[in-house]
Amino acid sequence: MTKDNSEYLISRDNNIYEIVIGLEVHAQVTSNSKLFSASSTTFGAEPNTQVSLVDAAFPGMLPVINEFCVKQAIKTGIGLKAQINKKSVFDRKNYFYADLPQGYQISQFKYPIVGEGTVILDMPNGQKEVGIERLHLEQDAGKSIHDMDPQNTLVDLNRSGVALMEIVSKPDLRTPDEVSVYVKKLRSIMRYLGTCDGNMQEGSLRADVNVSVRIKGSDKLGTRCEIKNVNSIKFMQMAINYEANRQVDLIEEGKTINQETRLFDTKKNETRSMRSKEDAHDYRYFPDPDLLPLEVTDEFIEKLKADIPELPDDKKKRFIDKFKVSPYEATILVSDMETAKYFEEVVAKMGKNQDMKLAVNWIIGELFAVLNNKNLEISESPISAKNLAKLVNLIKNGTISGKIAKTIFELMIDGDKDPQIIVEEKGLKQESDPKALEALIDKIINDNREKAIEYKQGKEKLFGFFVGQAMKVSGGKANPQLINEILKKKL
Amino acid sequence: MSEITSLTLTELVKNIKEKKISSEEATKNFIERGEKSKQLNSYITNDFSSALKNAKNFDQKPNFNLKLPGIPIAVKDLFCTSGVKTTAGSKILSNFVPTYESTVTQNIWNEGAILLGKLNCDEFAMGSSNETSFFGNVQSPIDKDLVPGGSSGGSAAALAANLTPITIGTDTGGSIRQPASFTGTVGLKPTYGSCSRYGIVAFASSLDQAGPMSKNVKDCALLHEIISTYDEKDSTSIDFKRNEYSKELTNNIKGKKIGIPKEYRVEGMPKEIEDLWVKGIEYIKDCGAKIFEISLPHTNYALPAYYIVAPAEASSNLARYDGVKYGFRSKGENLIDMYEKTRSEGFGSEVQRRIMIGTYVLSSGYYDAYYLKAQKVRKLIKNDFDEAYKKVDAILTPSTPNSAFKIGEKTNDPVSMYLNDIFTVPINLAGLPAISIPAGLDVKGYPLGLQIIGKAFDEQNILNIAYAMEEKIAFKNKITDWWIK
Amino acid sequence: MTIDLKTIKHISKLSRISVDDKKAKKLAIDLNSIFNFIEKLNELNTDKVEPLTSVAATTLKFRTDVVKSKDIRSQILKNSPEDNEDFFVVPKVIE
Repeated sequence: MTKDNSEYLISRDNNIYEIVIGLEVHAQVTSNSKLFSASSTTFGAEPNTQVSLVDAAFPGMLPVINEFCVKQAIKTGIGLKAQINKKSVFDRKNYFYADLPQGYQISQFKYPIVGEGTVILDMPNGQKEVGIERLHLEQDAGKSIHDMDPQNTLVDLNRSGVALMEIVSKPDLRTPDEVSVYVKKLRSIMRYLGTCDGNMQEGSLRADVNVSVRIKGSDKLGTRCEIKNVNSIKFMQMAINYEANRQVDLIEEGKTINQETRLFDTKKNETRSMRSKEDAHDYRYFPDPDLLPLEVTDEFIEKLKADIPELPDDKKKRFIDKFKVSPYEATILVSDMETAKYFEEVVAKMGKNQDMKLAVNWIIGELFAVLNNKNLEISESPISAKNLAKLVNLIKNGTISGKIAKTIFELMIDGDKDPQIIVEEKGLKQESDPKALEALIDKIINDNREKAIEYKQGKEKLFGFFVGQAMKVSGGKANPQLINEILKKKL
Repeated sequence: MSEITSLTLTELVKNIKEKKISSEEATKNFIERGEKSKQLNSYITNDFSSALKNAKNFDQKPNFNLKLPGIPIAVKDLFCTSGVKTTAGSKILSNFVPTYESTVTQNIWNEGAILLGKLNCDEFAMGSSNETSFFGNVQSPIDKDLVPGGSSGGSAAALAANLTPITIGTDTGGSIRQPASFTGTVGLKPTYGSCSRYGIVAFASSLDQAGPMSKNVKDCALLHEIISTYDEKDSTSIDFKRNEYSKELTNNIKGKKIGIPKEYRVEGMPKEIEDLWVKGIEYIKDCGAKIFEISLPHTNYALPAYYIVAPAEASSNLARYDGVKYGFRSKGENLIDMYEKTRSEGFGSEVQRRIMIGTYVLSSGYYDAYYLKAQKVRKLIKNDFDEAYKKVDAILTPSTPNSAFKIGEKTNDPVSMYLNDIFTVPINLAGLPAISIPAGLDVKGYPLGLQIIGKAFDEQNILNIAYAMEEKIAFKNKITDWWIK
Repeated sequence: MTIDLKTIKHISKLSRISVDDKKAKKLAIDLNSIFNFIEKLNELNTDKVEPLTSVAATTLKFRTDVVKSKDIRSQILKNSPEDNEDFFVVPKVIE
C-alpha cells in the first residue's frame, strides 16, 4: 500500500487501485420531542420510559410532525450550502424488525427536504470540495439488546421515533483521512447550528460507509459494499482500510464483488456480510398516507437563514483576514464554536499591542493540553480567556519569560488565578536590568574561567552551559534574550 | 308508548330529557334485548354490567344539556375503547385491551352516551358480508342466514334489530353504506378528513372514515355533528367550519340540481335496482329538485383501482401486528419464525390475501404498473366528480347492485364479493361524502338503498336531500324478530 | 400477468406470513383471479396524469416541540405477550 500526502492507494504487482468512498451520516436532531410524537428524546433514560402510544405503534395511532425538527433540518441544509426543497414527501420504508414497532420507518425517499450541497474540507495539501447529494428526515429505530438474555432479545423503544437527519454525500471521498475530516466538519457545522450535538459515544452521529475500489485513472465506479452503522471515526477508517483491501484481493483473484451490506466487527477489525438481509432491499417505498406533503414557504426559510450564526468556513476566513492567523491555526480555532469564542475573547482582552501568535500558541498548545488531560471542554476551562490574555500580555511586554509563564500557567489552573497577582506574590518578575545581568554574568564567567577559555578556543557547545548557569543563578528569572546578548558580548 | 328499543335516537333523547324514561331503564331494555339476540352474533364484547352502572350514575347526576344524555350505544369493534377489549374482528387482537380512547368515541361519551359493547365486523374491516370475522359471522335481522353486509355488519344488524338506538361504523369502500342498504337503515360516510381517525384500527389510511349508522336521517345528522370534529392528533383531519347538522336539517331542497350518472347503469343490474332508482328520481323531482344526466366516465375503473390502493395501504398498516408489543403471539424458534407463525395464525384468509396483494403491488418492479397507476386513476375519478359538480349539487345512485345474499353464497369467489362495492367505492377514492337511505324492498322483501353523493364538506346538503326523500319514501323496515323465540 | 408459486412464496416472505404448498396453491388461484380483474386498469392511458396521494384538502400541520407523553411504561407494556416490566421480549434473531 502506498500512501503519499493526498492519496491512499493500494498497489498489487502491476495494478494501482484507488478507493471511492461515500458516506451516509445519520445525525440525531437536537430537539425536545421526537419527529412524529411528543415523547422525550433525552439520552440514557430507563428503558421504555420515553415511549408514547404512537412510538409503540398501537392500533389507531397516527404521526404528527414536529415543526422544530423541520427547522433543524432546513438549518442544516443551509449550513451545507444546499438547496432547500419547499415541497417534500414522507414515505414509508417497509421491513420487519423487533425494534421497528410500526413494521415500517417513516423516511423520505423520492422527495427529500434538502437537495444538493457542498462541504469544504481543509486538508494538509489544500482545500477539497465534497458534494452533498441530499439530506432527509427520518425516524430512528429502537434498540435490540441481544446479550442480556441467552434465549431472547430485549427491546427498548426509547430511541424509536427520534428524528434523524440522513446526510448523503456524493462518492467524492478517497482516503480515510478525508473521511475523518469530512465527519468532523459535518459535526462542527451542526454543532455551530445547534442542530445535532455530534456526540458519537451517545450515538448522536453514526455512518453507513459505502466503499468501492477501481484502478487508478478509471472513471467507472466499482461495485460497492455498504458497511452499516459505524459509530466512531477510528472504526470508519479501519473498516475502509479492511474493506478496500478485501475488494482488491477479490479482484486480483479474478472474483466478483457482491453488492452487499456488511458490518464492521470491532473486535476482529474486519468487515463481514450481514446474512439475514436478502430481502431487505425491497422496502416497497410509498408515500405515507397518514401524512401530507411537507410544504414550507420562502418566508419560513428566510427566517431560518437570518438565524444562522457565522459558520466555520466564514469564521475561518475572517480569522485569517482580520487576525492574520495561519490557515492551519484558523482551522483548529474554528473547528469548535466554543474554541472560536474563547479565542476572540482572548484577543479582545489583550487590547492593543497584542501578540497574536503567542495567544494562538498558548491556546492550541498549553491550554488544549490541560483540557485534554482533565477531559474538559473549553467552555469548562479552568483558566478564563481574560486571564490567559493577561498572561500573554505579560510575556509580550517582557515582564516574564516564556519559561516562567509556563510555571505561572500551572498555578493559574487552580481557581483561575490572576497571573499578575501570582507574579507579584511569588516575585517572578523577569530580571531585565542589563546592569544587574552583566554583573551576574561577569561573576559566572569568573567562576568558570577554564570553560570560558575552552569556549573561546572553539568549543561552541559550552554556550549552553553558560546560559544554563545564568538561569540557575537567577532562579530562572533572567531575561533569556538579554542573557544571550550579554554572553555573546562577554565571551 | 312503543317499546323503548324501537324508539329513534331523537325520540329516546327527548324522553330522557323529559324524564319520561331513565337512563337505567333504557339501558336495561337494550341489554335485555341484546341478551335475547345472541343468535345474531352482533356483539363481540358486551360491557353490560358497566353500562348499567354508568346508567345508574347518570340518573343520579343527570346533565340534560348534553346531546346524548345517558343514551346507551354500542359501537363497531374497530374503535379503541379504553379498558374495553378491542379486537377489530381478528384473532390477532382477540385479547387486546386499549389504554386509550378513539377521538370519535370520546366525542360521544363527552355528550353523555354510555357504552353497551363492541359490535362484530369483518376482520380489520375487510369484507362486505361480516363473514370474515374471527368471532363468527353475523345474522341479519332481516332474515335467517342472510348476511347483514360488511364490514360494519354487526353494527347494521344491531341497529336494525333494535339492540342499540344508533351506532357508528367505518367506511373504506362502502362498509357503512352497503350494510345500511342491506338492513334497511341509514348510513353516512362523511367527507375524508371530517371525522378523526385517531384511535380507529387502521385499514386503508387514505380511504377510512368513521360515520353514523342510524334508523333515520334526523338521528344521523345529530350523531354526525357530535362525531365530526377537527383533531390535531390526526394529520389528515381537516379544520373546516362544521354545520349544526341536526339543527340546520331541512326537507326543502327546491331548486337543488341532482346528477344521474349514466355509468352507474351497469350491465346485468337487477331490474329492481333500476326501478328503485327511477322511483328515487321521481321522489326527488317531487321535492322540487332538478334532474340532470351526468357522466362519470371512469366509474368502471374505480373498483380495480380500489383493490390496489386499499390492500397496499393495508399491507403496511397491518405490519405492526407482529406479536411483539401486544396481541396474539405464536411461539417461534427465532424472530422470523415467530413473525410468520403469529401472522399466519393470527390473520384470517381474507386479510392474508389482501396483505399479499398489497405487498405485491408495492414490490420492486411492480410499483409503477400497479400502485402508481391506481393513484393516477384515482385522480381521474376525482376529476370526474369535480367536473360533474360544476353542473350539479349532488348525485343520486343505487347503494348496492343487489340486496343481501345468503351466508356462504359468495365466500368462494373473492371477486364476486368485491363487486358488492361497485357503487360505493368511487366515493371513497374521491374523498367525498355519501349517505345511503332505505328506499324499498326487493321481491324477496329484502331492503334496498339509494345513495346520495355530495360535494366535499357538503354533508348538510346530502342530509337535507336524504331527509326530504325519506319523507316521501316512508320506508318501513319489516323486522319480525325471527331470532327471538 | 400470472402469479406463480415462486412469487407467492416470495411475497409471503416479504409479508412475514408463512405458507405451505397447499396454501400457496390456493393463494395463487385467488390472487390470479383478483389480478385478472385489476388488469382492467391497463385499458386507460395515464401517462399525462398526476398521481393523487391524498384527498385530504389541507396541508401538513405542525406540532410544537413540547414533550407531552411522560413515562407511561406500564401502559406501553401492559398488553405485552411476555412478562417483563422493563422491556419487550422476543425470540432471538439469527444473525
